[in-house]
Amino acid sequence: MNFFIVSLIKIAIVFAVFMTTLAYLQWVERKVLAHIQSRTGPLRVGPHGLLQPLADVFKLLTKEDLLPPYVNRFFYLLAPFLAVSLALVSISIIPFGPEVNFFGTRTFMQISDLRVGILFVLALSAVSVYGIALAGWSSNNKYSLLGGLRSSAQMISYELPLTLAIVSPLLLANHLSFREIATSQAGYYLGFIPRWNIFQMPFPQIFAFIIFMIAGFAETNRLPFDLAEAENELVAGFHTEYSSMKFACFFMAEYANMVTITCVATLLFLGGWHPLFPAPYSNWVPSAIALLAAIVFFLQLRDPARKRDRFTFPVFALVALVAAVLFAIPFLQTYLVPLFWFCSKAGLLLFTYIWVRGTLPRFRYDQLMHFAWTFLFPCALLNLLATAFCVAVF
Amino acid sequence: MDTFLFIVCAIVSVGCAVNLVLQKHPISSALSLIGVMGSLAVLYLLLGAEFIAMAQMIVYGGAVMVLFIFVIMLLNAGTEKTSAKSWFAQIAGFPLLSAFVALLAFLIKVVLPPLHPVEFGSWVGGTAEAIGMLLFTKYLLPFEVTSVLILIAIIGAVVLARKEID
Repeated sequence: MNFFIVSLIKIAIVFAVFMTTLAYLQWVERKVLAHIQSRTGPLRVGPHGLLQPLADVFKLLTKEDLLPPYVNRFFYLLAPFLAVSLALVSISIIPFGPEVNFFGTRTFMQISDLRVGILFVLALSAVSVYGIALAGWSSNNKYSLLGGLRSSAQMISYELPLTLAIVSPLLLANHLSFREIATSQAGYYLGFIPRWNIFQMPFPQIFAFIIFMIAGFAETNRLPFDLAEAENELVAGFHTEYSSMKFACFFMAEYANMVTITCVATLLFLGGWHPLFPAPYSNWVPSAIALLAAIVFFLQLRDPARKRDRFTFPVFALVALVAAVLFAIPFLQTYLVPLFWFCSKAGLLLFTYIWVRGTLPRFRYDQLMHFAWTFLFPCALLNLLATAFCVAVF
Repeated sequence: MDTFLFIVCAIVSVGCAVNLVLQKHPISSALSLIGVMGSLAVLYLLLGAEFIAMAQMIVYGGAVMVLFIFVIMLLNAGTEKTSAKSWFAQIAGFPLLSAFVALLAFLIKVVLPPLHPVEFGSWVGGTAEAIGMLLFTKYLLPFEVTSVLILIAIIGAVVLARKEID
């Protein structure tokens, strides 16, 4: 009985946080892109546009839900449902932290620990092609069909280097469960270099990490590989004919896939929740960062450009101060510090996603395929061979 | 709980299999096949074969069926037309089918050794470690021969594809 209650609580927390993250990821993306392009981004709804995600959700919910008469109705309705549900499932096996004591019950900071976790994620990513392919085909529109075809071909091609890049950390960890892979990366070389897989001696997995991230960009259909929805060629690609919540489903699926890929990269290569340097010092890093943020926000008040808004930054500073205090309480540190390290690593990778979108132009389709098959795939194979050699010899 | 899941998945798998034959559109048939494979994966999982279940989803549910759907979409195959049924199938079809099923049931009942009822969760040899161990010790020769066979198929495909370009 205890198991069910704890599981329900965990599911509720993860679901709420995940949904909020998805909504605010879009706000972060718009803000970051805007600042890369010297604009201000969303600014009207709430302070600094912070309520923009809420407004977007209301807009999408209340828009007219068009059902074009020429579509294949069953598959047209099935496709967004498939896309979003498959994308949301994979968060359930991501471990966010170590085993913790939760009111007398020892439990993992993870909804469920599958022994074949990494295969589960691969299976989901293999099946999630159908959402896009079916959307493209059932819309009965040449742009949609081309988008769907491009996306399925791209996902099949990039699945190969992605899987080959995953195999090397699996060889090192000798296990398929995310929890075991992350715990195998605990500890430090010489007392200060973390044993994360990208720093792994004698053969660091940095190449596998880069290959994984590149293939991850292609798997999630993000720039520079977003050929499936290239606006100047295909209107909007596979979701041209979708409106209202059905469009929002594809949107949510894309962001959920991004979060999953970054979480998997964090667990496989960046040591999951293990901090960058040894424990007694690293416990105070979150507090220090929050304190620094609070000071920066207070100092922003003196900036002449912020003369009109005397309210937002003090509030932000107060929030940061409260966070600093929370992170400093020893009882909460056992829960919050691993979470902080995990989220900051995954967050940095998510920022990289947005950064790349803001800086790189789109590939041409033949370049994309050429790159996957003649460069990325051999590189992944070589990296795997080198890793296997090192594992066998050392 | 296990029995309930088994019954649901068995019904879904048989339903999808029947639907696969009945549907007239290739895409509908292909999707039904994915349904069959998905429910089979759940059945494997119920029996404790977690690695096989995931491999089923990755290889058959993912790679193979995506290729099927891809080709169907690329060729833009339309709905099939039903041809006139032969009089033999109309008259003798159902009796022959029932005779065949009865024969199968009889053979399973009489010829095969008595089967023990399946206990869900009693078998633990389905982990990745156990399967890897078996593949690289007991079944090493079939495993290697299969990989050579697949290599031959790949090279054959490349040779066939090259001819077309020249």
